[in-house]
Amino acid sequence: MTTTTLAVLVPLLPFLGAAAGLAVGRTAPGFVRPLAVLPTLAAAVLAVLVAVRQGGNTVIEASTELTPTGSVPLTLGLHIDGFAALVAVLVGVVASCVQIYSTGYLRDDPRYPSYAALVSLFTAAMLLVVYSGDLMVLLVGWEIMGICSYFLVGHHWETPEARSASLKAFLVTKLGDVPFLFGLFALAADAGTFRIDGILATVASGGLDHPTVVALLLLAGVAGKSAQFPLHTWLPDAMAGPTPVSALIHAATMVAAGIYFVARLLPVFAASAAALTVLAVTAAVTMVGSALAALAQDDIKRVLAYSTIGQLGYMAGALAVGDRGAALFHLLSHAAFKALLFLAAGAVIHAAGTNSLTAMSRTGGLAKRIPDAYWTMTVALLALAAIPPFAGFFSKEAVLVAAEHTALGDRPGVPAGAGWTVLAAGLLTALLTAAYALRLWLRAFRGRGAEAPDHGRQPIAMTSVLWVLAVPSLGFGLGAFVLDDWFDGEPLTPTLTTAVLGTGLAVAGGAVTYAVWRTLAARAVPAAPAPHVAHPDADAGLVEAEALHLPHPAEDPADPGRALLGPLHGPAADGFRLDALYARAFVRPVLAAASLVRFLDREVVDTYVRGAAGTAKGLGWLVRRAQTGNVQTYLSALLAGSVVLAIAAVALANAFAGA
Amino acid sequence: MHLAYPAVLAALLFCVGLYGVLARRNAILVLMSLELMLNAVNLNLVAFDVWLRDALHAGQALTLFTIAVAAAEIGIGLAIVLMVYRNRGTADVDRLRDTAEAPRGTDEKAEAAA
Amino acid sequence: MNLAAQAAQTAQSPGFLSPSGVEVAFLLVGLVTLGAAVVSVTTKQLVHAALWLVVALGGLAVEYLLLTAEFIAWVQVLIYVGSVVVLLLFGLMLTKAPIGRSPDADSANRPVALAVATAAAAALVWVVADAFRTTWIELDGPARGTTGVTGEILFRHWVLPFEALSVLLLAALVGAIVLSRKKPEGERD
Repeated sequence: MTTTTLAVLVPLLPFLGAAAGLAVGRTAPGFVRPLAVLPTLAAAVLAVLVAVRQGGNTVIEASTELTPTGSVPLTLGLHIDGFAALVAVLVGVVASCVQIYSTGYLRDDPRYPSYAALVSLFTAAMLLVVYSGDLMVLLVGWEIMGICSYFLVGHHWETPEARSASLKAFLVTKLGDVPFLFGLFALAADAGTFRIDGILATVASGGLDHPTVVALLLLAGVAGKSAQFPLHTWLPDAMAGPTPVSALIHAATMVAAGIYFVARLLPVFAASAAALTVLAVTAAVTMVGSALAALAQDDIKRVLAYSTIGQLGYMAGALAVGDRGAALFHLLSHAAFKALLFLAAGAVIHAAGTNSLTAMSRTGGLAKRIPDAYWTMTVALLALAAIPPFAGFFSKEAVLVAAEHTALGDRPGVPAGAGWTVLAAGLLTALLTAAYALRLWLRAFRGRGAEAPDHGRQPIAMTSVLWVLAVPSLGFGLGAFVLDDWFDGEPLTPTLTTAVLGTGLAVAGGAVTYAVWRTLAARAVPAAPAPHVAHPDADAGLVEAEALHLPHPAEDPADPGRALLGPLHGPAADGFRLDALYARAFVRPVLAAASLVRFLDREVVDTYVRGAAGTAKGLGWLVRRAQTGNVQTYLSALLAGSVVLAIAAVALANAFAGA
Repeated sequence: MHLAYPAVLAALLFCVGLYGVLARRNAILVLMSLELMLNAVNLNLVAFDVWLRDALHAGQALTLFTIAVAAAEIGIGLAIVLMVYRNRGTADVDRLRDTAEAPRGTDEKAEAAA
Repeated sequence: MNLAAQAAQTAQSPGFLSPSGVEVAFLLVGLVTLGAAVVSVTTKQLVHAALWLVVALGGLAVEYLLLTAEFIAWVQVLIYVGSVVVLLLFGLMLTKAPIGRSPDADSANRPVALAVATAAAAALVWVVADAFRTTWIELDGPARGTTGVTGEILFRHWVLPFEALSVLLLAALVGAIVLSRKKPEGERD
């Protein structure tokens, strides 16, 4: 098979798997698991094959125009460069891991068939986005991901949190998608095509008329999808979905789509210094804010969600300084260790019977009971905190190096201010990241107190996947020496200054957190154990869904995050009250408008409707009066009518004859 | 003779019959009024036949036919009136109101009675 | 018939102010007929109505005679006065019509009926008088409706309708008998 055929099969296989899964899900439950896992696995293998054949530096272009579509042609096209090939491999691998993990995690879930099909569909959409050479086709995948994430986040739709979270995820990303669509149209109008290579050629020849407007419009969509400030609020709430969904959507694929999109079209953004500055500021605010918020969260998955936002901020920062190689490198390594973190967190929640860190800190023996999750999560947290030699260290260093280069003016066309902003925010975030990673680890695995009720052994499908993902979390950093060929060719290796600075700050953050934790733990009085879900032999997914309902324990004085943040803790725990601000700025006006519309509909429009009905009824009443049953009356009316007609006819005839 | 005389007489007779049909209560009186209307038509037919001097005497032939049909009609009509009278005890036209729009609640009453 | 030629021919016909003898007779009989008809449809005594109808129908028979349609006139007398009115009287008796004045002879529809009839009369008289103001019937010459003439045309040109009519009469006869037959006890229709 040619590489093009293989590449076409990559998004097609999960799509067919999803269709087949939906078709036979009810009638043949035995086929659901193979149909969920095998196509995704095959797509991953094919993606690896495509990447190997593509080899990194040859761009594969293939396109076919199905039908003429007017002035701006639409094509079904592939555009596979090094970025696309590698991201596709990543998506395939993570999706396969998630599918395998889900077979254990949602073992007894009655909605597993539709869930698995939606995950497959989601994977197909993401692969389509990755491989597509045409922006309209990319948009199709982009929107399918949006709707799939809506369904998947709302998997536990019996709970109000999941319902509102899925709606919020959908609406907030759509809020970004509207300007995104306009941006695409503006871009295509300038370039005369939706083809990515055509657009890049136009940009290279300076044919773009309004780069700033286009770039800013596109950035809105990117901010929505990749959860960048100020459209990031949906991501923490979306943790109401099942954990594997969080791992797939909110770590490896959908949020990465925004970054990937900017990376693809980086020349468009680079054409506008203003857009890059906006992106840099957004990334910096996102990074620092989300790291602070992560330090204050009590829900283990919300900590991970905010850390995802922060890491996406790193990627956006790398893009803002014009180095997409660093951004994609961090995307790849982050996807691996963040997927691992989420999946391990699922195992932790299952074992602990709660998602509250405070409750876990009052529970002992968690680490011993789930050694797989414990060790892999330790690896992943080290990677997150960017401790060498884990993957996160190298990729974050690549970002910081790129920012440093830009700040020092080594990169023409990109404002140095953006570089300084990203560099400063990145270093500060490195400190905070290490602090919250260590806090998470300490609170989850170094708790003291009675053991949580046992939920049975975790299935092999869940634990094995953790080790699979631990490998890239551990060793992917070595890619820094190889991968530059696949990207733009800029070096991804760490430099001494940033490495020392970043690692030093991370170690400092970790050390301070540890010291505070020790002090507080020594001082703390033993608190009452927090409530747990006690559900022997239950599905992991079920335990998690029930854990969503548990009340979170009240303010815990032994929380190092509280001591570190001080007065900032309250706002940070609330996500800096952005939700309240949005509620006041957008939700309330919309609700008021809705009630106005409701009033208009009920009182004004309905009056017309009722009036129409009443008029007809009244007329009917009048006509009914005529139905006396008296034949003479009928005949009188008939003859009177005839007489009138006859007189009218004669009078008219006379009038015409006279005229 | 002026044609206007029989024509006007026929018109007036017709309208008198019309009034009777519409105003009379007893069905047999209605039939009588109907006869008046038919006769008015007959008068017209005869008068126009005489005026036009039709070779086929269509007017007079039709008059004869009308008279025959009227006789048949009065026979059938009386039979119907008799039957109505036998079934209902009345021959009043304005009491035969089965096709009237039933006032609300009448149906339930009728069902309850049945 | 060419109305224009007719109009031209009758242009010098006599006016209404110098009526001929036939016309005077026609007018007088017509007034009696009309009056009898009006009384017949307005009287409160049901049997009187039938008797006044006899007067009206008889008057019409005289009018037919004046129009030289002898055969029609005798048929009118025979069938209408002789049988139809008798039938109607029988009908009145069989339906136990009250003898004497019955105040409810007219229905509530009377004003409407009066209005419709008046309007129709006005319209018809206006149109007829307007159309046939000057039309003249030539009554001289051979009589139009002697029995011989009528019989000849009836059985020469109108045989087929005549026979069809006989079937109709038969059907009416059968129908009337079936309708008015008394059902045996217990049998409902």
